[in-house]
Amino acid sequence: MTEHAHGAGESASARETVLGRVRDALALAEAPRVEVPRDYRTGRTLPDDDLVGLLTDRLLDYKAEVRTCTADRTAETVAEALRAHGARRVGVPPGLDPGWLADFDGEVEADSAEVPAPRLGELDGVVTASAVACAETGTLFLDGTPRQGRRALTLVPDLHVCVVDRSTVEVGVPEAVARLVPERPTTLISGPSATSDIELERVEGVHGPRTLVVLIRTDV
Amino acid sequence: MSSTFLGMPAAPPRSPYGTGNLRGEQKFPEAAHGELRNEQLRRNLGKATHTIRAKRLAVTGELPDWERLRDAGSAIKTDTMNRLPELLEELERRVTERGGTVHWARDGAEANEIVTRLVKATGSEEVIKVKSMATQEIGLNEHLEAEGIRPHETDLAELIVQLAHDRPSHILVPAIHRNRDEIRRIFLKEIPGVDPRLDSVPAHLAAAARAYLREKFMTTKVALSGANFGIAETGTLSVVESEGNGRMCLTMPETLISVMGIEKVLPRFADLEVFLQLLPRSSTGERMNPYTSMWTGVTPGDGPQEFHLVLLDNGRTAALADKVGREALNCIRCSACLNVCPVYERTGGHSYGSTYPGPIGAVLTPQLAGMHAAKDDPNSSLPYASSLCGACFDACPVKIDIPSLLVELRHQNTEESGATAEKTAMKAAASLMKRPKLYTKAQKASRAGRLLAGKDGKLSHLPPPFNGWSATRDVSEPPKQTFREWFASQEGQAELRAAAPQDDEGEESR
Repeated sequence: MTEHAHGAGESASARETVLGRVRDALALAEAPRVEVPRDYRTGRTLPDDDLVGLLTDRLLDYKAEVRTCTADRTAETVAEALRAHGARRVGVPPGLDPGWLADFDGEVEADSAEVPAPRLGELDGVVTASAVACAETGTLFLDGTPRQGRRALTLVPDLHVCVVDRSTVEVGVPEAVARLVPERPTTLISGPSATSDIELERVEGVHGPRTLVVLIRTDV
Repeated sequence: MSSTFLGMPAAPPRSPYGTGNLRGEQKFPEAAHGELRNEQLRRNLGKATHTIRAKRLAVTGELPDWERLRDAGSAIKTDTMNRLPELLEELERRVTERGGTVHWARDGAEANEIVTRLVKATGSEEVIKVKSMATQEIGLNEHLEAEGIRPHETDLAELIVQLAHDRPSHILVPAIHRNRDEIRRIFLKEIPGVDPRLDSVPAHLAAAARAYLREKFMTTKVALSGANFGIAETGTLSVVESEGNGRMCLTMPETLISVMGIEKVLPRFADLEVFLQLLPRSSTGERMNPYTSMWTGVTPGDGPQEFHLVLLDNGRTAALADKVGREALNCIRCSACLNVCPVYERTGGHSYGSTYPGPIGAVLTPQLAGMHAAKDDPNSSLPYASSLCGACFDACPVKIDIPSLLVELRHQNTEESGATAEKTAMKAAASLMKRPKLYTKAQKASRAGRLLAGKDGKLSHLPPPFNGWSATRDVSEPPKQTFREWFASQEGQAELRAAAPQDDEGEESR
């Protein structure tokens, strides 16, 4: 690979031209250096109960379904959630703890890169873990690691049951962003998909999963 | 590697005249004249702007550090513009290291050609598209169609606009000028195989779009997107959306091509902590939009295995060369300024003639594409499409001083436009005012205007060269007496004495 892998021969001169223009522009209109003030709120913490309470409130506000349990009741709660939504055939990422589906009596399919993504549409739902959650905005962060799977897995099926551990919940956006690994493909999810494009009337469930169930494990 | 600095810097060019979607066919007042008659548009716009406004105020009010976030956002963008060359090179390096390919486009036509060539190389004759302002700006869809490639817009509103062969009218809700019955008729006519019993319930219309687009998502091999942010430090691109169509386009196809304006780069990954708070709350009035995708080059086994990033200039460097106007480049396309603007609320987005409507459009469009004042360019009317009330400045999450930019553009337009009737009149007035005797005579002469005034004491038509000014304004009839005459008169002196502060008067009389 060349140092600047622009398309074959095409844009070497365009690159130099655009960068040259940027330098010319900055020379023509010299601007003073600015210091970025970063005195907004960062590094916040909250007592566990308040944190889970805030996350729950925000998730419900964005029409997600919330279930709370302790780690020893994970399998039971996952099975309840799947049953409540009539899911019979469920996909899981390759690295998910098989114990989480131990109480589920339907069909479980471990996903892999070899499964053509359109086939994921045959699943009734998907169960995954999550990397981080942001309480203040009710946002779940998935980063493609083996417990969360590739992006298509949590996108194509119509039901997403997402397990959030208390230790991964942060108060606000700065605290949550600080825990991300930038190079991983990351998806931020705040409630089910929605549109307000027709006369500004909110419709839940467009292309992503129409139902989002968040299972908060309070002691992990 | 980098270009050598050769003597005097040259002024970078604007987006070429006659290309893309940065210029309407009519001047703003003429275009607005037609739009103002559209009652449907005004009702929808009124509802939309007021609803989003209230939501925005509620969620920005929730954050005690909102103003500090705005300060940080503004400073990060200003700092970014100051360091643009190094940041763009860093972004290019990081994307390339992670398996992506970076292309540079001097203008919209070049970007269109690059994208077309990349799509053709895949063998695909259709593409799915995420809503993107940059590709709208350069008219990518029109170009692809001319080249035999079918672009499918996948954002619901953009799909409605595309199926209706229409233009978007709002940055965030592009089909806000359409009502549900119109949308139903558009779907029945344009979506192949749609259920003929489809009614106009928004949820059912959205479901029809879902069914139609799902097949496209599962089978189309190439996707096109814009980018809300491009992180120089890590090479991470980000798209912010609501419906999941963005996730579909960014995940399902084999090839992803993203077109990003060069001003969308951010220095550090951590800067997202500011913009992921500012953007959703300002844009849709949500604490967070339903979906945000971030990707860095290519990830084996997850998402498109071929990624191209097209970095677009198209007049951005011309804006950057303007000490005042460059601030418009800080825009993060949230559309908060549209929703608070009394002018936009009434005229709608089409009146601006550009991909970028509303207050920010009125400053950004002339910055990118120029005003060519002497050529009677529609863009030269945009800086005047404002009452300068300042609501846009208050709403802007990155504190762009839009009113000051508008005034500066008005100044530039006047400077560029050469000899105009207004200029001649102002010059004549100035020379008159310098000569007190002549001025007094002129004032007396203007009393003749009293004969022309109507019963309400108003002049509705002035003679040339003032007829343009009076086309939209009434003028009060000239008074019987000028101020200077009144001031010199007995009556005036007596009134002035009576109006003087009582205490002082008392002391003086003792």
